[in-house]
This record gives sequence, C-alpha cells and structure tokens, in this order.
Amino acid sequence: MKANGKVLKYGDNVDTDVIIPARYLNSFDAKELASHAMVDIDPTFVERLNPGDIMVASKNFGCGSSREHAPLALKTAGVSCVIAKSFARIFYRNSINIGFPILECAEAVDGIDEGDHVVVDFDSGMIYNLTKNTEYKSQPFPEFLQKMIEVNGLVNYVNSKKGE
Amino acid sequence: MAMTMTQKILADHAGLDYVEAGQLIEAKLDVVMANDITGPMALPIFKQMADKVFDKDKVVLVPDHFTPNKDIKSAQNSRAIQDFSREQGLTHHMVQGKCGVEHAILPERGIVTAGECIIGADSHTCSYGALGAFGTGVGTTDIATGMATGELWFKVPSAIKFVLKNKPNAYVSGKDIILHIIGQIGVDGALYKSMEFVGDGIQYLTMDDRFTICNMAIEAGAKNGIFPVDEQTIEYINEHSTKEYKVYQADEDAVYDEVIEIDLSKVRPTVAFPHLPGNAHTIDEIESMDKIYIDQVVIGSCTNGRMSDLRKAAAILKGKQVASEVRVMVIPATQKIFLQCIKEGLAEIFVEAGCAFNTPSCGACMGGHMGVMCKGERCVSTSNRNFVGRMGDTESLIYLASPEVAAASALAGYIANPEKVGGDK
Repeated sequence: MKANGKVLKYGDNVDTDVIIPARYLNSFDAKELASHAMVDIDPTFVERLNPGDIMVASKNFGCGSSREHAPLALKTAGVSCVIAKSFARIFYRNSINIGFPILECAEAVDGIDEGDHVVVDFDSGMIYNLTKNTEYKSQPFPEFLQKMIEVNGLVNYVNSKKGE
Repeated sequence: MAMTMTQKILADHAGLDYVEAGQLIEAKLDVVMANDITGPMALPIFKQMADKVFDKDKVVLVPDHFTPNKDIKSAQNSRAIQDFSREQGLTHHMVQGKCGVEHAILPERGIVTAGECIIGADSHTCSYGALGAFGTGVGTTDIATGMATGELWFKVPSAIKFVLKNKPNAYVSGKDIILHIIGQIGVDGALYKSMEFVGDGIQYLTMDDRFTICNMAIEAGAKNGIFPVDEQTIEYINEHSTKEYKVYQADEDAVYDEVIEIDLSKVRPTVAFPHLPGNAHTIDEIESMDKIYIDQVVIGSCTNGRMSDLRKAAAILKGKQVASEVRVMVIPATQKIFLQCIKEGLAEIFVEAGCAFNTPSCGACMGGHMGVMCKGERCVSTSNRNFVGRMGDTESLIYLASPEVAAASALAGYIANPEKVGGDK
C-alpha cells in the first residue's frame, strides 16, 4: 500500500479541536465532518486538499479531546496519511482503529516542505520526497498493530478472534 | 521485578504477574463509559461486534456535552444513548436532569473506585486516578470494543514520578498545581506516560484537588494520572461507593523515566494563557503586566465544578457584585452539587453577585452551547483547554485558572489576584 500526494504542512500541537471543532460534533456523518476539517486554523484546507494528499506536522499531533471524529474527518476529506514527529496517544489509537495510516518520523518532518511531492510505502515504512530527491525511514508499527492494520481495524480484529 | 502503581493495576487486569513499559497487553475493564457525543457514534460500531454489552453493571452512557439538548441533532444523539441504555438494561441508566458531568457523576455515584481499570470515550477519563484507579481516555472504536468485549489492548506506559512536598498556601489549589506542572513539563511533557503523584504534600490535597490534578494529566499528553490511596481516599470511597475496591502501591524500587519534585508551598496562583494549557503565568507576573480585561467567566466543568470549587468561588463573591459588563456562569458539575449549592446558600450568593447559575453541562467548556464567545472576547475559565476556537470564535481568548482566580477576576473585570480580593477562607 502506498500514499502519493502533495504535502500540507503544519506546526506543533495541532489539536483535535482545530481538526474538527466541537460545534460540528452534533453529527458523526463522515462527509459532513470532512467538510469542516481544519477550518479553525486553515479555512482553505478542504478547498486546497486533493485526494491522496499527505499531512506533515511537527510534534504532539492530535492532542486534546478523544473525538474519533478528528481522524475520521481527515481520512474522509481525502488525506492519505499523516507524518509527524509525535502523535498524542488517543489520536494514535483512533487512527489505527479506523485504518487511517499515521507515521512518526522526525527527520522526514524536518526535510519536507509545504507543497513537496511525497510517496510513502507503508509496507517498508519508507518515505520518499520526490521534490527534493530525499528518503527517510519511519518507525515501523509493533507486530500486534501491524496485524490489526492488515485486517483493516479493531472491529475486524475483534471479530476475527471470536472463532478462536 | 519492580512496577509502578499503574503497571501493577494493568498487570492484574491482564492476568499477569509482571508487565513492563512498552509491553502490549489485553486488560479486563471494570467500567466502560461514553457520552452523548462519542456514545451515539459508537453504537453502530458496537453492533458490528455484539448484540449485548459484556456487563450491564459496567457500561455507562452519560448525556452531558450538548445537554440540555442544544438542537435537533443533539436531541437525536441523546435519544440514541437513552434508548440503548434502556434496551440493554444498563444498571446506571443516566437521564438528563438527573445526573451531571461524566467525570463528576461517576465518582459521586460510586460507579468507579480504587484499583479499577476504566476507559471512557472522553479524554478526561484520567480524572479517576484521584481514586487510585487507572482511568484513560479512548476513542469511539475502542469504546465500542470495550462495551462488546470488556477488554482492550494497551501499551504499558512508563511513568514520571512527581514528588509533591509541603503545604500549599491559601488561594492555591489543585488547579494551580497542575497548571504549574504542565507549564514546567509542557503539553507533551508526559506523552504516552503515567503521571504518578506521591509525597508528603498530598496529605494537604483534598479529593477535589486530586480530581482536578488527574483530570488535566491529558493536557500534558499523559495516558493517566494517579494518586496513592490514603485515608482521605478511603473516606471518600466509603462515603460514595459500595463496590469492592483494591489498593495498589508502587514498588519502592519501581523505575521512573524522571522524578520531579514540586514544592507546593512555592506554587503561586497560576493562569494558562491562550492557546495552550502549558502557557502558564503566575499571578505575580500577571500583576506586573497591563490589565487583561475580560468579557466572560466560567466556573464549572469536569475540572473545577465540584462542591469545594464552588464554595471557594462563593467565599470570594459573597456580598459583592461582579463587574458590570462581565457575564459570569457558575455551572455545578452534578445535580447533587447543584442542590447542595441551594441548601448552603451558595446559589443565592452567586445570583445576588450577578452570576448565571446554570444546570450541569459540558457545553461552555467545549464551545458547544451555554457560554460561546464571539470574535475578540476574552474568558477566564476553570475548565481544562484554551485551544484556538475551543469556546467559540477562533479569535476569542481563553485563560485557564482556578475557581479562586476566576471569582476574583469576575469581580475585578480583569484577571485578578484572589489574595487581594479576599473573602472568607
């Protein structure tokens, strides 16, 4: 599986309140949530984003509220993956649970700029910056989580265990 | 092999003698909680895995965020969890107007107790660490899995030990202590870790102080915050709960990533400036700046809407008037606290001082309803987050503070030092 797209880049502590503000949480319709993604820090996000584009951010991405609406909004808006120096733990779990790829790689974050064309190979964990002709290796997921990603999320994982 | 307090609770719930930081485990859950935002979203996911919850005593759905129902969509969401609670025969069937804010109502009703492993689809589930329990926030898919199976995977956290020393001064409470700590370590200072609070200073912290401190562990990125169980904890548990509980203690030789000493006698009233809970300033620094005028004050939330919080605010507001153009909302966290405020005469103090006295709700804290700000407005709030747009317009500003600072600021019309306004202490 690969991601292939242009980069939208953000700073530290992008919190789930700005990814999807609480005023929209009276709905959990994925498309409706996606239409408001990032509106409070980047009102042009939805308009600028092309399906498959990649978000790159610095540390503590997804901090704050536990709302799973946040990774769901980004995934549904068309973001193919998020690369950050670190993720807040609830956002990290939520992303894996809904099959939304996220990668930790500080070097890649430092070496990638807004608008760069980037390809990510999830199987190898390699990140290729085609614009700058550089490459980076991200932290691989622990085996347990790889299994969960292979079966496309926690629900399938739980159901697959029922027969055991 | 030595373990932290959190690791011991997790090991026991995973049926293991020993766990270490970084290990992936599957642990049994004692309480699984969701609210009117995360619960309705979890129900269709739950139905992909099960027809019945794993244990009707252990699953709790609390309508508290967009309640009283803000609009038709919110009403549908509250309806969904109310119907589900009835259909499943949940023991703790929470209904609007009869409960309160999740992290206040669960301890008050004795639904959570010491030694338990608790998940909630709300990031402030870490509050229950005050009781000597492991509580952590999760998302919707996790909570649906917990409701269906009574188990969840966890990565065992390492820990930072905070040694709290000495007695805090008057007008310094749990909120000042946790804002001081987050100011010191930063909003990702405890990322993925436990914050374990120990030391002779904890004897001076009330249970309400401990709930406030553990509540905001997530604002330092922590997986959980936790206090040891002492006489005060046991007294609280005996007063509120009939559940069996278990007392865990960290091993003396447990390994910590870091040990940080906090001299509570040196902690000053502390305010977190926009837009991060770690952006801490002492009241002394603030007094040396130009006055920060405010439009709104919120006293309440799962962080600071408990009885002692409201007593502290009332002591400062008693017999006085809040600034003429400042709107002040006092929001008790549960119906029981609301009623107690009436019985003790606090409701009268608040209303006579010019405050709105509102029904329990998370609305104002999360910019949902009942206290939303427009562009350019500033608020002193006793809640837990001051992110961009958290309480309304992206160009409104939130200053996080204790009930004492909030009450003093309400009177002054700008961020003020409660030591100088006074009141019965």
